This record gives sequence, C-alpha cells and structure tokens, in this order.
Amino acid sequence: MAKDYQLTDHVYDVVVVGAGGAGLRATLGMAALGLKTASITKVFSTRSHTVAAQGGISAALNNMNDGDNWRYHMYDTIKGSDWLGDQDAIEYMCLNAIPAVIELEHMGVPFSRTENGTIYQRKFGGHTIDYGKSMAQRSCAAADKTGHAILHTLYQQALKHKALFFNEFFAIDLIMDKDGTCRGVTALSLEDGTLHRFAAHMIVLATGGYGRAYLSCTSAHTCTGDGNAMILRAGLPLQDMEFVQFHPTGIYTAGCLMSEGARGEGGYLTNSEGERFMERYAPHAKDLASRDVVSRAITTELQAGRGLGPLKDHVYLHLEHLDPKIIHERLPGITETARIFAGVDATKEPIPVLPTVHYNMGGIPTNHLAEVVNPTKENPEQIVPGLMAIGEGACVSVHGANRLGTNSLLDLIVFGRAAAYRAAEVIHKETAVKPLRPQDGQEAIEKIDRLRHAKGSLKVSEIRLNMQRIMQNHCAVFRTKEHLEEGIKKLNNVVSSFQDVYLSDRSLIWNSDLVEALELENLLQQSLVTIHSALNRTETRGAHAREDFPKRDDKNWTKHTVAHLKKDKVSFTYRPVHLYTLTPEVEVIPPQERVY
Amino acid sequence: MVQLRLPPNSRIKKGKTFSSPTKGPRMKLFHIYRYDPDTKENPRLDTYELNLDECGPMVLDALIKIKNEVDPTLTFRRSCREGICGSCAMNIDGTNTLACTKHIEACKSDVKVTPLPHLYVVKDLVPDLNFAYSQYTSIKPWLQSDEAPPPDKERLQSIEERRKLDGLWECILCFCCSTSCPSYWWNGDKYLGPATLLQAYRWIVDSRDEVTGERLDNLEDPFKLYRCHTIMNCTNTCPKDLNPGKAIGKIKEKIVERL
Repeated sequence: MAKDYQLTDHVYDVVVVGAGGAGLRATLGMAALGLKTASITKVFSTRSHTVAAQGGISAALNNMNDGDNWRYHMYDTIKGSDWLGDQDAIEYMCLNAIPAVIELEHMGVPFSRTENGTIYQRKFGGHTIDYGKSMAQRSCAAADKTGHAILHTLYQQALKHKALFFNEFFAIDLIMDKDGTCRGVTALSLEDGTLHRFAAHMIVLATGGYGRAYLSCTSAHTCTGDGNAMILRAGLPLQDMEFVQFHPTGIYTAGCLMSEGARGEGGYLTNSEGERFMERYAPHAKDLASRDVVSRAITTELQAGRGLGPLKDHVYLHLEHLDPKIIHERLPGITETARIFAGVDATKEPIPVLPTVHYNMGGIPTNHLAEVVNPTKENPEQIVPGLMAIGEGACVSVHGANRLGTNSLLDLIVFGRAAAYRAAEVIHKETAVKPLRPQDGQEAIEKIDRLRHAKGSLKVSEIRLNMQRIMQNHCAVFRTKEHLEEGIKKLNNVVSSFQDVYLSDRSLIWNSDLVEALELENLLQQSLVTIHSALNRTETRGAHAREDFPKRDDKNWTKHTVAHLKKDKVSFTYRPVHLYTLTPEVEVIPPQERVY
Repeated sequence: MVQLRLPPNSRIKKGKTFSSPTKGPRMKLFHIYRYDPDTKENPRLDTYELNLDECGPMVLDALIKIKNEVDPTLTFRRSCREGICGSCAMNIDGTNTLACTKHIEACKSDVKVTPLPHLYVVKDLVPDLNFAYSQYTSIKPWLQSDEAPPPDKERLQSIEERRKLDGLWECILCFCCSTSCPSYWWNGDKYLGPATLLQAYRWIVDSRDEVTGERLDNLEDPFKLYRCHTIMNCTNTCPKDLNPGKAIGKIKEKIVERL
C-alpha cells in the first residue's frame, strides 16, 4: 500500500502550519530573521478566516485622547477573562500591542484615520478607561474589514520576505520523537495527491479554531481546528476547551458575523417589546458589556419569550438611527452582509441577530513565548521541544474564560511576532535538522489509505451533522450536568459511527471528500474534549455558564483544565493560573466580582 | 465561415442526471461542470434537481447540499461563506461571481455552474490559480519607501489620502474580473489582468508608498497594462462592487501625466 503513495521529504529551519494572521505574522517574521521558513496551508493564505475579522485590533495608542494606557487594557482583558487568563501573558500582550500594531501600519495596513492622520480607534465591548470608569476607544480599525486589511498586508509582507508557501497542503499529523520532541509534520498535497514529510527544527501550529463542531457558527467551513486534533493524537493535552464564545450578533439564520463594532459605533439591541434590555443586565456598559454577558442576556430574553419572529428566536440590532454617512464609511461590510443575508437595509431597518458560536478560548497550551507546554505535576510549565502554537488554536492563555472583542487579532499578531523572535533565539541554524526515520509518517499514509477506501454506510456529512446538532443542543450558552451527560452519551455513539464512514471519492487529486473526512475526525476529537471539559468544570466562569453551578468558584476552579484524549476517553489534570506578572512594571489584579 | 470549436478533449459532454427524492413547488435544475483528472475523460455537465424548500438561499448552499446528500465527489473550493475570502469564485448563470453571495432566486431558469473561464481546470469547479497569483506577486504588492517610518509611531495619512484607497484595498483576489476579460483570455500570459492591475493602482495611490515612478515604469509595456481595451466586463462582474476598469484607466492617466 505504501508504495502506492509518492512520499516527498522536505527540510526547513521552521515549518509553520496555517497561514492566517498568526501563521503569516510568524512566517514573515522568521523569514525576515533569516530562518529558512516554509508555510503549509490548506487554503491559499488570503482565504484564511482571519480575513473575516471585522471590528479591529486593540492597542492602547491613545489616538483618541481618552487617556488610554496599556495597563487599563491589561485590567480589561483580565476582567474579561473572568480571572482565568494568565496575567504574565496578558501583560506581555497588552504592552506589546502598541509596537505590534505600529509595525502593522508600517507594513502598509490601510487603517482608517483620524483628523490628525493617526490610526482611527473605536469603542468595543469590555474595553474601558481607568479600570471601568468609561468606555475606551482602543480598537484600531480599517473600516469594518480589519481582518481583511491585516491578512492581505501580512501576505504581501511574506511575499516581500520571500517566504515559501505550500498552498493547499493539508497537514495530517505531527512527527514526534520518543523523547517527546517534535521533529516534523506530514501533509497531503491536494493538487496532486502526493504525501509529504516536513522535517524542521521547529514546527509552529497556527491552525485556528474549531467553530465547525457546532451547527451554527460565524466560522468558515475550514475552521476545523486541525492542529488541536494533531496535538491530541500526539498524546499531548488541550487546555480550557470548555470555553466556547458565542458572539451576541450572528445574523439570523445564516450565522454570518455582525461586528461588535456596530455597537461600538452606537448600535443597540432590542427585544420583542422594543426594550433596550441590555440596560437591565449591564447598567454601566449596556450594549458594550463583554460578549459572554450579552450572549447570556439575549438567551435569557429568548427563553423568557421576548424574542422576535414567529418562533421568538432572535432579537434586533439597530443601526438605523446612526448617520448613514458613518454607516457607509465605518460599517460598509456588515451593511452589505445584512443586505445579502437578511435582506435588510441596515440604514433603514433593524437587523435580526442571535448568539452564534464564534471563538474558542481553549486550545494548545503555550507560554507567552509561544512554546507549547505539556504540563506535568512536577512542572506545570514543561516545554515540548520543537513545537510552538499561536493564534486561536493556542491557549496562551490571554483570553481565559472569555475573550474581549479585538483581542483575537491582537493575539495573532503579538504571539505570531513572539514566536518569530523566540524561534530565532532557540534555533541553531548551523546544526543540521535531525533526519526523519523511515517509519516516520507511515501512520499518516495508512490513515489516508484507510479513509480513501472506507466502505462503511455513513456519509461524512451525515456524521458531521449528527455531531454538530449534539454540540449545538447540549453544549451551548447555558449548560447543566444532565444535559451534558446526555450529550456525551449521544456523542460517543457518533464518534463510534466514524468507523462506519463511507467515502465516495477514491481519487487522489483534490479529494475534498477525503479532506472533509480528515477534518471530521479532527472535529469529533475536539468535540469530545470540549463537552467532557464542560461537564468537568462545576462552576460558572466567563463563557462557561452552568445553570446548576451559577457562581464562580475561585477556591476550587482558579485553574486551567488540561485534557488528554486516549482511545476516545478524556482524562483531566490541571495547571495553575498565572496570578503573577512578567515584570515589576505592573501589579497583579486579584480576582474581583465581575460586573459591567 | 470558419467554425471555431474547443479541442476534442475539452468538449463538454452530457453527464448524469440526479432527480430530487422530494418534490415541492420550488424545484430547480442545476447543470454543473464536472471534470475528473484521474479518468482523463471529457468534461461533462451533470444535472441535479433540488427542492429549494429544503435548501439554503445561495448557490453555495445548493452545491453543499449536493455534495452532502447526493454526490460527495463534487469538488469546489469554499471557506468563509460570506463573500470575504474569495474561495468560491465560479461562473454561475453566465457570470463570474461568488457562489456564497449569489442568490439562487436571482437565476431565472436552470442554474448552470462552470469553473472560472479560461483557466486550467484541476477538477470540477476548481481552477488552477497559480499563474494569477504569480502575476499578483510580480507587481511587488507591498509598501515600499526609502525613508524609514518613525520608530514608535504610525506614518500619518490624512482622511482624504486614505479615502483614495477605498474601492481598491477591499479586493479579495477572487479573480472573477480577470477571468471575465477577453483580453486576459487571449493574452493572459503577458497581460496582468484587472485584478492585479487594481492592486497595482492600490499601491500607486497610497500616500505612504514612495516608488510610484518605478511602479509605473514596470507597467508601461504593450502587454502588462495596455491590453486593457475598456471592455469593462471586470467592473460588471466584480462581486464586491469594485471598479478595476476605472483603476486601470487611472494608471494610464498617471503614465500620460508624467510624459
């Protein structure tokens, strides 16, 4: 069988898997620092889902003269994380936000501008001045297409620095040494069906989130968290996977994102009674409270029967009171999306919205230098040599239990950049990359061959839909033990049913049936870990709201969930939250009650 | 009169027909281009009947429904499903556009779906875009300036200067425009095409970029730029409502201005 497959070997200093915002920032940074860098990506770089980010990237530049300071940004991020974020990493991110965003401008990002010609900054949920006193204008924006502006610019910079791209290569698995060092990665080239082994001093996973585990999400079809699943299969753990962010304003019913920037520019929500209900839930920040708070508020309104439409299953987002000139200049993208997907003219009528799966706070545990961590009892900060993770797939953790809007683009850029610096520090270019053994990658070949010829009775799409329905129904905004347990029972059946998958496409060239099967396996493994982690954490914190445990339990749960998956069984250990800072520049923010 | 025909191995044959297991008041036929590189057989048009009451509103929803429920071998690119990533560019109902933002209802009769025209077809609706990407790279689409930016501050750009980039930077590189252009069909090896020229102009008018002269020099060539004959298919077809034709006109103006 192995002889049926052509296997090609490659050797680089660094191989970055994924070419979204984080992957590209790392790739161009490493290429610029003289490392021989290759990027392997399953979609052409500018198709990555960073392109869909809308509202902005936060940095306390104080361009709007509201007295902003990176320490306020740090406080807001810690509070947003519901004190599950690691404070040293959050300090690093908020401080480095400033040079990292300035660098983006220098690279050519077409940011919107202020009267003074500086980068325009808008309000965003949970971002405040002076520890909650007033709302901050911190989100650096390029109209409402900031992700697009940044992703294209990063791709252009990667071209400038002559980084090498392996486009439409699907990464299959990590190649690990017996001693736990990462040596490389295997990948399938879609264009011709050939299999490849990449050996490198450092593998960087920048593979994004897994929103497609759910039925309704703002995420692209390609958001299947492939790197996360590669980690699980390598016997390494994922962290804090129970924390799944629901964005308050996904378009009803298509699920496309309506940026929080809409509320940052003055938009607001109403229920079926026309009431601006957020005033009840967050008297201070109102519609600009943190996302978990707004999503819970909407869900509560819907459960109380105050939803709109015949099914009372959505609320309204209003922009029609805003100056059409402002809408046209600052929110053109979501106006277009509202027109196309809801048939609504946002300058004249409200947009129907509902909370929609948007972001994974959990992922591959790393430190603030982007190095992957495999926590042990003796050393919770144990590094996995040769392996880094960045972006949504990583859990640094700067977002803890709930991410603030604009902090994801920031996370990509700051830690993509950090990964480049760190790689340049630890890689000795003069040392040869350790050659792979003949048996390395054989499992990947076997897997491809087995799946390609799978002759069961279920289509990939059937199994996927079953999984998505379970996650949507049993692991959503509000969770209970009973409901989660029932979900686990059902999910176990779906996971076993993958053995009975049937593939129709047996070809090797651009076999998207095969790719979707590989992605489905990845999603199933992450769904298992997610729903088990949700059952395991018996408290309410950030995006994880347990109706049967409605309070945050700092005594027992100020710790990260560390989940392993072995033969479809999930087991847990824990890692302490970093309640310390990186430098004496700033003090730890001790846990407080979280109100907006 | 001379009859022009496609070479024998490119001629599209009639393919299979799949009827819908359910019926309703809103039935629609989709004729979809299929090409299997493994068999080397001629491309064919397969026909799928769909009950629109059980399908999402967009052409991409129909393609996904077919792939999920009828024929998982149907191959196409897709990702964001909201018109921002540019993956699902194809020819629908005779026009290049994005399947994810094209309403099925907007197609009056049967829906014919073929790959972007005049590109090598890898499989079904997946064209080879490598050459188009390399043309994009050839214009050095990154900010170039001799003067170093202020070390810890952004470069300043006025609102008016920034406004000049609107309608340019939003391009999603879907190449609907380039592959709708007859000049690009005939001379695509040398003519850069509207997508790449729109990007060239994006950097020419960016107040922060300092190599305008060099950029114009590189375009002043009988093929790269001047194969544009203002046919304007590019602008008509752009799914993002951008105007590459105008951008090309502006480049020509800039070249004339400096003579």
